[in-house]
Amino acid sequence: MEVSYFPGCTLKQTARNFEISAISSCKLLGLDLTELSRWNCCGTVYSLSTDDSMHHLAPIRNLIRVQEDGFKEVVTLCSMCYNTLKQANELMKKEPDRLKKMNDFMYREEDYIPDVEVYHLVTYIKERLGYEKVRELVKQPLTGLKVAVYYGCLLLRPDSIKLDDRENPMIMEDLLTALGAEIIDYPFSNECCGSYHTLGQKEIVLNRTNKLITEARRDGADVLVLSCPECDFNLDHRQKDTLEKYPNFQTMPVLYFTQLLNIALGGNLEDCGFELNYIDPLPVLREKGIIK
Amino acid sequence: MKIEIKNEEVRSEIIQRIEEISGENIYKCYQCGKCSAGCPSADEMDLLPNQVIRNLQIGKVDAVLNSRSIWVCATCYMCWIRCPRGVNLTSLFEACRLMTLRQNLDQVGLKEAIKESEEMDIPQIAIISLLRKLTS
Amino acid sequence: MNKRIGVFICHCGLNIAGTVDVDALREAVGKIRNVVYVKNYIFLCSQPGQEMVSDAVKEHKLDGFIVANCSPTLHEKTFRTIAIKLGMNPYLVEVANIREQSSWPHSKQPDYATKKALKIIKGTIKKLERNIELYTQRVGLTKRALVIGGGIAGIQAALDIADGGYEVLLLDRKQSIGGHMAQISETFPTLDCPQCIMTPKMTEVAQHPNIKLYTYSEVEEISGFIGNFTVKLRQKARYVDWDKCTGCGECIAKCPSKPLSEFNRNLCKGTAIYRDFEQAVPSYPVINKEACLYFQKGVCRVCEKVCPAAAINYEDKDIIKEEKIGAIIIATGYDLMPIQALGEYGAGKYKDVVDGMQFERLLASTGPYAGNVKRPSDQKVPESVVFIQCAGSRDPETHYPYCSKICCMYTAKQALLYKHNVHHGKAYIFYIDIRSNGKGYEEFVQRVQEEEGVVYIRGKVSKVFKRGDKLVVWGADTLTGQTVEIETDLVVLASAMIPSTGSLNLASKTRLATDKFGWFSEAHPKLRPVESVTGGYFLAGTAQAPRDIPETVAQASGAASKVLALFSNEYIESDPVIAQVDPEICNRCGYCESVCAYGAVKLNPKTRIAEVNEVLCEGCGACAATCPSGAISHRNNSRKQIFDMISVATENYDQITTKFDK
Ligand SMILES: Cc1cc2nc3c(=O)[nH]c(=O)nc-3n(C[C@H](O)[C@H](O)[C@H](O)COP(=O)(O)OP(=O)(O)OC[C@H]3O[C@@H](n4cnc5c(N)ncnc54)[C@H](O)[C@@H]3O)c2cc1C
Ligand code: SF4
Ligand code: SF4
Ligand code: SF4
Ligand code: SF4
Repeated sequence: MEVSYFPGCTLKQTARNFEISAISSCKLLGLDLTELSRWNCCGTVYSLSTDDSMHHLAPIRNLIRVQEDGFKEVVTLCSMCYNTLKQANELMKKEPDRLKKMNDFMYREEDYIPDVEVYHLVTYIKERLGYEKVRELVKQPLTGLKVAVYYGCLLLRPDSIKLDDRENPMIMEDLLTALGAEIIDYPFSNECCGSYHTLGQKEIVLNRTNKLITEARRDGADVLVLSCPECDFNLDHRQKDTLEKYPNFQTMPVLYFTQLLNIALGGNLEDCGFELNYIDPLPVLREKGIIK
Repeated sequence: MKIEIKNEEVRSEIIQRIEEISGENIYKCYQCGKCSAGCPSADEMDLLPNQVIRNLQIGKVDAVLNSRSIWVCATCYMCWIRCPRGVNLTSLFEACRLMTLRQNLDQVGLKEAIKESEEMDIPQIAIISLLRKLTS
Repeated sequence: MNKRIGVFICHCGLNIAGTVDVDALREAVGKIRNVVYVKNYIFLCSQPGQEMVSDAVKEHKLDGFIVANCSPTLHEKTFRTIAIKLGMNPYLVEVANIREQSSWPHSKQPDYATKKALKIIKGTIKKLERNIELYTQRVGLTKRALVIGGGIAGIQAALDIADGGYEVLLLDRKQSIGGHMAQISETFPTLDCPQCIMTPKMTEVAQHPNIKLYTYSEVEEISGFIGNFTVKLRQKARYVDWDKCTGCGECIAKCPSKPLSEFNRNLCKGTAIYRDFEQAVPSYPVINKEACLYFQKGVCRVCEKVCPAAAINYEDKDIIKEEKIGAIIIATGYDLMPIQALGEYGAGKYKDVVDGMQFERLLASTGPYAGNVKRPSDQKVPESVVFIQCAGSRDPETHYPYCSKICCMYTAKQALLYKHNVHHGKAYIFYIDIRSNGKGYEEFVQRVQEEEGVVYIRGKVSKVFKRGDKLVVWGADTLTGQTVEIETDLVVLASAMIPSTGSLNLASKTRLATDKFGWFSEAHPKLRPVESVTGGYFLAGTAQAPRDIPETVAQASGAASKVLALFSNEYIESDPVIAQVDPEICNRCGYCESVCAYGAVKLNPKTRIAEVNEVLCEGCGACAATCPSGAISHRNNSRKQIFDMISVATENYDQITTKFDK
């Protein structure tokens, strides 16, 4: 099945492991992630002021690309891209006047007709394949691996874009359960990692990382699983500085859900791109007998 | 400590402008504090989210615009989705930031940001979103 | 044609005159054809105002008159009564509502309001010109009441009517009467337990010669009208023959199947053959088919073996009974919102996050732990309890906008009872406002704060989660301007009250109005609080809105007195403003018959011409609007009258609306 796919900048740079593991695991699921023939930055953050159309141009331009490629749906992986594209799209559906203004402004583009649907990969897998199907395709169950799922903000909020119940989401947990992992109750799954403050106000992020990882430890997790390169940077790579600031801090591997998906479906280890993970997840995966 | 509530400050033009930009009515808030109780950034704030909106209600816009809080908020949407009165505080914070940013008063320098990001492999989205939120 | 019409314009203090230019209005009205007299007055409804109207009608030999004032729901009756006293047919009096329809909504456009008021009056004159004299009809009534719902509201109403000498059927869908009050541990502000104050009333119900109990029963169908209802009741299969059963309880003691106890709000187990609680009235049990081993697996029949009265009957069936009723009281009460909807509080996920009624059961001496407060998860005595008020109430965005009214008080009570139970325990109450406006209520809250040392924290909680075997509460203390974290053992949510499940269903069976949440609507929020809009139906207790026991009981007695007043009549007068068929125009299509919700219009089997049953017709107008040949009209609302009024309303429409800024 060919699926139109919007990668976003970071998946081509610091989060290549997210992209290659997604492409590989989707192939194993029978989904062919087809990158848009042209695309630009998603805008990263959705503009929240009522008097600003300028900042909706970037996401909408990408949706025009989807249209040009002849698709009615587009799948994203990064939660920032997902949130921005989807919120902007919802706005266009709701405010035809604004849509017209934007179409007029982008007069060299074809008009955007807001009937493209923006999906996050996990929703797409759940709705189109179903987790039963995924379960059948599992070659290497993640037995014994205790996973804390971390959604952060942008997959659950605001309501217009939420993947699942915003307080007790289960959509990722259910996928990982289908892969054989053991899900732990992690009440911090919808808290915020500090996001872009990682630049400029690093201290904020270090406090969060300390708290979020320590709570996951306390709840018994072996690894933390997520779907956002921003969260990943803060919760994985920033563990280095966190350890400097809090000497008693205990580190924990942080993975993209697609990395575990790829392993469970019997994909190549190289396609997980683990070399880009800061805290090496291999020891714990080996210890659990999930990889050799 | 006593502050004076002044007729000319309450519902002042700038506060109405903040309401306009955010699309929010600040008098919807009944000061329950649920926003603050759940705000992941509350620890780093000098004014709690409910105090931000309270100050606007009584006309103390300067206290808000000079606060650290509006620059600490990371747009996580938690306050808004849990607010029993549906106050979109997330947008209100953005509007408050814009009151400063639209006077071309950037909060971070492009050069410093890029320099810092080069020291470590900071993801692109972090750089862009930071610039989007803290510069004009 | 009425040709000597008088018009009386009311200022309603400044309510009308503050916006509408009443002098200009009087002048303009005076020029209208057939108007022979116009008079303005500050308060027409006052005694001198009424006398002025009365005198003017006589003096000027008016053959009909209009009062231009407030909504006809308020004073139509007042002025029609004046007409009756003067020997004039009351249906020659009309109200032109220039307050609710003009001065109030257009208070910011006085010019427009004046023009609109003139149009309203003009249109009403047009109508009155063609009004004819109408006469009411008399019908008999059945002096027998049905009370739906046997909570404290239903119990009180039934007793009052029965004591007044009339027969009452008291219906409840549960095995026993008692409702929620039976589940409460002790009641604020006096702390008497329901066992002491309610069970005597329940026994009285059981023994009252005028009360017929129908428990484990529901309303199937209601037809008819005030004074003359026919009600079909479904008595659910009990599988126990209550005529034989002695209530000994042997069967309950021996039943091996242990489903969760609904009465104890799933905190402990009950049995498949059960009665709601020990003092249940009636005391005879029923079998819960879903849980019974015999019904589910075909084995067991233990109850049958142990029953000394041979009362068990596995072949029992639902029974439909029909009863003639004159008045119906709705006392179906409330439920609590499912707390699972409060995901941020871990409700539904953590056993130790409970709702207010569960905590009542934890406190109750008849509850799962015999009145020793323990945590549901591990039966540990909670060292501290956090109470969260307004959980789902006053929350228009995600749950219910209204205040549930009782939680402030019961939370204070629960904290006090917990402190009496666990002396060293700490109780924290998160609140946003304390609403303690009842007799002795504020004093009660003060006592809880001062003497019991319960800590009130002003702010809402945003999140509850588990850390080890503790619950962690994140809240705000808006008074110090800080966020707070409390580690606790038990969290109690004062969750919002909602109309009892099935209210909307009952509303559709009775055709009663509810608000959008399902609370039954009263006829007037201030002046007719216990009557429903539909004749013959009355409201008691929390079926109408959240309230506590004292208010519930007062309202129930109020509803009962309305029923007694109705029953003191020998007949009922029916409203003559109903549909009428012109047999010369009717083309026998029968469309009217298919749209009438009351079965009031039928084709005559012989002539096949539509006929209206004057007693059944509610005057809703559906048939008149449907009739393709225009044969049906409303008395005094003929097509001609309606179209005349529309013409007046729409003349110079453009000119008048330009004034109407957005
Ligand atoms: C946790 C808690 C604590 C409280 N503590 C106090 C207190 O201390 N003091 C105080 O004054 N108040 C207290 N209250 C309020 C009190 O419970 C109510 O005011 C009172 O019980 C209302 O009585 P009711 O008869 O209107 O409703 P209910 O008690 O709800 O009775 C309604 C009855 O109608 C029946 N019914 C419903 N629908 C149908 C149907 N369709 N057909 C047939 N039967 C039906 C139900 O089975 C039920 O028996 C408390 C409330 C709560 C939630
Ligand atoms: S949660 Fe909403 S109502 Fe409560 S203090 Fe915050 S903004 Fe105001
Ligand atoms: S037959 Fe059913 S109700 Fe009777 S004892 Fe057995 S399980 Fe209980
Ligand atoms: S054992 Fe028989 S008589 Fe006794 S309560 Fe049960 S059904 Fe009634
Ligand atoms: S009674 Fe008190 S706790 Fe309950 S909703 Fe009203 S204010 Fe909130």
